[in-house]
Amino acid sequence: MACEAESLPELAGVHWRPLVDERRLSRTAALWTATTTAHVVPFLGAAAVMVAVQPLAFPVSLASLAHAWVIPELYAHRGANVVRPKPPRAGAQAERVSVGLLGDLIGHEARDLHARTGLVLERGALGAWLIGPAGALLVRPGGRRVHCYCVRVNDPELPSGDRIAHLLLALRTDERGFATVANLAFSGARWRVRRRLDRRVRPALDAAAEAARALDRRASA
Amino acid sequence: MSRLIRMDHTGHTTLAEWTSDDPEAVDAAVRAFRAELDQGYFGMVSTGEGHAEQVRELPLDADLVIMRLPISGG
Repeated sequence: MACEAESLPELAGVHWRPLVDERRLSRTAALWTATTTAHVVPFLGAAAVMVAVQPLAFPVSLASLAHAWVIPELYAHRGANVVRPKPPRAGAQAERVSVGLLGDLIGHEARDLHARTGLVLERGALGAWLIGPAGALLVRPGGRRVHCYCVRVNDPELPSGDRIAHLLLALRTDERGFATVANLAFSGARWRVRRRLDRRVRPALDAAAEAARALDRRASA
Repeated sequence: MSRLIRMDHTGHTTLAEWTSDDPEAVDAAVRAFRAELDQGYFGMVSTGEGHAEQVRELPLDADLVIMRLPISGG
């Protein structure tokens, strides 16, 4: 077969980005945790100090606590948005045909999950991926942390199955390249993202977490 | 029978079908493949569970060759 193993050609468009690997993902995760902490702790501290200095400032301290809660939620919301279901733009026939092709590319389990949630589960070296028409979630081994990526094919008229198939084929060609080309929207705790997901989509994240835990068990065995 | 398909707004379109013992069909498939490359598509073949490869020439022994568009960060 006239095949050659190579990196994703789209990497040329983001040549300034370092290639994503285990170390870089861990560093990104640590940075997001530090940023979230830096946002939350001052508001918690201010709330505590206000009540300590002047108990009548209790309502103001409540507002400060609300800020501490809302900011991470907004970030998680942005992350969950990458796989938010959107109404199809292609016709019903095109959608059916595209889902048929996608079904040929994935196994029975992934096909069933896609029918229920609209997302495709794909196990990779970096973790368990959930691929949607305009974004992807990477559940890291262990299942506790999720990286949310905005990534899409540049043709809005394509049916959803084809949009997923484009991303899936790119991911299967070069997983690290795929994570490098994609734009990171959020990295944080799985539970935080799950709360912000559409109810229909949540079982996909649960399945990905289970797959990610299995990857972790396999790595430590 | 091998197939060359392009993912497009119809779901997908079959561009060519060939068998290795049919030179005319092979020639037509190679021309169709190159025309898609010129349009900016990438040729992809599955190489086992969870793996795919980009191809720059039509792999005549592949069952299915899929043409895809570039992706980018949203």
